[in-house]
Amino acid sequence: MSAPQVEILLIAMLTAAACSLVGVFLMLRRMAMISDAISHAILPGIVIAFFLTGNLASPLLVIGAALTGVLTVALVELLTRTRRMKEDAAMGLVFPALFSLGIVLITRYAGNVHLDVDAVLLGELAFAPFDRFIVGGTDLGARHIWLMGGITLVNLAAVTIFFKELKLATFDAGLAASLGLAPLLIHYGLMTLVSVTAVGAFDAVGLILVVALMVGPAAAAYLLTDRLAVLLALAVAFGMLSAALGFGMAVWLDASIAGCIAVGVGFVFLVVFLAAPGRGLLAELGRRSRQRLEFAELMLAIHLLQHEGEPDEERESRVDHLHGKHVGWTPEFTERIVSGALHRNLVERVGERLLLTEHGRLAAGRALSGAES
Amino acid sequence: MNLIGELFTDYTLRTVALGSAGLGLVAGALGAFAVLRRQSLLGDAVSHAALPGIVLAFMLTGSRTPLVLVLGAALAGWAASLSMMLIVRTTRIKSDTAFGLVLSTFFGLGLVLLSLVQRSAGAGQAGLDRFLFGQAATLVGDDLLTMSALGLLVLSALGLMWKEFKLLSFDPAYAGSLGLPIRALDIALTTLLVIAIVIGLQTVGVVLMSAMIVAPASAARQWTDRLGHLVLLSGLFGAASGLAGAMISSRVEHLPTGPTIILVITAITLLSLLVAPRRGVLAEALRKRRQRRQVRVDGILADLYRLAAQHADPTEAPHEVDALRAMSEGAGVRAALAKLAEGGLAAADAEGRWRLTAAGLARGREIVEGPS
Repeated sequence: MSAPQVEILLIAMLTAAACSLVGVFLMLRRMAMISDAISHAILPGIVIAFFLTGNLASPLLVIGAALTGVLTVALVELLTRTRRMKEDAAMGLVFPALFSLGIVLITRYAGNVHLDVDAVLLGELAFAPFDRFIVGGTDLGARHIWLMGGITLVNLAAVTIFFKELKLATFDAGLAASLGLAPLLIHYGLMTLVSVTAVGAFDAVGLILVVALMVGPAAAAYLLTDRLAVLLALAVAFGMLSAALGFGMAVWLDASIAGCIAVGVGFVFLVVFLAAPGRGLLAELGRRSRQRLEFAELMLAIHLLQHEGEPDEERESRVDHLHGKHVGWTPEFTERIVSGALHRNLVERVGERLLLTEHGRLAAGRALSGAES
Repeated sequence: MNLIGELFTDYTLRTVALGSAGLGLVAGALGAFAVLRRQSLLGDAVSHAALPGIVLAFMLTGSRTPLVLVLGAALAGWAASLSMMLIVRTTRIKSDTAFGLVLSTFFGLGLVLLSLVQRSAGAGQAGLDRFLFGQAATLVGDDLLTMSALGLLVLSALGLMWKEFKLLSFDPAYAGSLGLPIRALDIALTTLLVIAIVIGLQTVGVVLMSAMIVAPASAARQWTDRLGHLVLLSGLFGAASGLAGAMISSRVEHLPTGPTIILVITAITLLSLLVAPRRGVLAEALRKRRQRRQVRVDGILADLYRLAAQHADPTEAPHEVDALRAMSEGAGVRAALAKLAEGGLAAADAEGRWRLTAAGLARGREIVEGPS
């Protein structure tokens, strides 16, 4: 890899780490779509702060524009509190309006400056290495490495220091309030982190990638663990992995880097979604079919128990009778169930007949009495 | 007015204005259902997710015919909404996260495809870029034809299945108990919404389309409680903002049409929230103030009754205003007394002391001791 490519990859992975850290909390608080709202709504803030500072690299711009993000959240809450709009509708109203304002400001007043609507939405990672961080004549690397590295550190520090507070406010806001933790303060603190991260990331990776990196890695990690600390670590790992995969894909296809990383996020999620032990789709399907088999084996035991000692026991306990019209199983299915029941020691085979074991009789009896009570 | 005249003579302006108004009408009408069913953000997700469908349709057919692109967009939007449903149904991930994930992944895929097309086809892709932010100015007669055909289709489907959709939106459990196919209706209504969104992509773009779904319906909701009126009004608001946005942006230089339409409909919505009769914020503030005043007046009347009740002849015993002030907290004693006098419930004598009239005595007893 060439030096600019290394820098691009580094920027992408740092952005992924910063976004995943706050994204986990957004997801747990059921506010994932606020990442979409904030990342769009900061546009007018960026434009206005740009007019004031004249410099896209200024830290003042990051802070000023981040205020717009927090303002968006406040506006959505204000509209929701009037009880005339639901929260989703309020969000769907506020952020396109602010984004429109941003576009109008850019097209009307910023025609001759380096601020392009397409770049804001789609990102220009390929150009990020040209933007250098130079102090006293020394080139310290691409500016975005420092910017996103700094934001990642801020997010990491905030999540580490306020881990307990964030955890409590997320899972039990009532308890947090009664312990004097000020959930509202924590809420707005988190919103500030989300806004700062979105502003820092926008001109490097674009708004859509901000949404992808905040939501996707957290969702994938959520399928694998129940512990918050593990969830955070996994989300950061998945985020960085998606960034690396996406970057590789972009180099290979010579396609949009931001787009490829977003696809990488989707790919990582898809793999986890399908293959996660316990909660993945495959595990779920496996569990369902196992349950079906276990249920059928139990039905077999109950069937045998019901006819035990009856005059028709001889006929009813024959294997070939089971897939007759009485139980209605196919011969293959019967074969599987019988071997399963033998394996679980519910029945034993005597010639063509099946006899309940002591264990099988107990299991069937328990299932029947359980059903009656 | 000159502008109105131009609307009939200027081909471009007429096309853009008609297209914008039509998209507003269809999006507004369908949006009413989305907002009622709390699917406002579905519009956002579907419109972003439509991008790869548009580009893929172009790559596969090599055609930029509006109908082909619109079909691609609708298929992708549909696939996205089904993926979201699958994730929510089979995992513990909530809908907001599923929306964000599907939206950004699909959109990312769209960007990848777009960058590939851009490289191979050179300038040929110019027609696809406009789906990002929409370029109403590039609308031509052909687009208009496609839009109106699809719009008519959507609106007539809405009319045909009106009762079913109404029941689905307000009481799906009851609809199910009547034997209506809930899942099929749900998918049908979502499909109509997808088509409505896709109609608008060319004009306002994937990013802003969600507002065209949410805003007109939110505005209309403030004015009426009836579904029929809601859908009609929402469509009208959408059409009006489309028309106004197109005309304003044609008048002012460097004012893009899509964002202007969104700003107009946002203004309409905020105005509706404020001034709508009954549901409006101002109307409620007025109502609350009136209620507070009435409570105060009743309180003073009750106090006056308690004082009067200690006398043998209640209506003949006058009382100082200060006595009333001492009995309750808060200002406005004189204003409340004036109100009582106006209603013939109390009267003042020459020294400014107050006593109850016969009617006031009866009303005071009712307040203090409950209706007899």
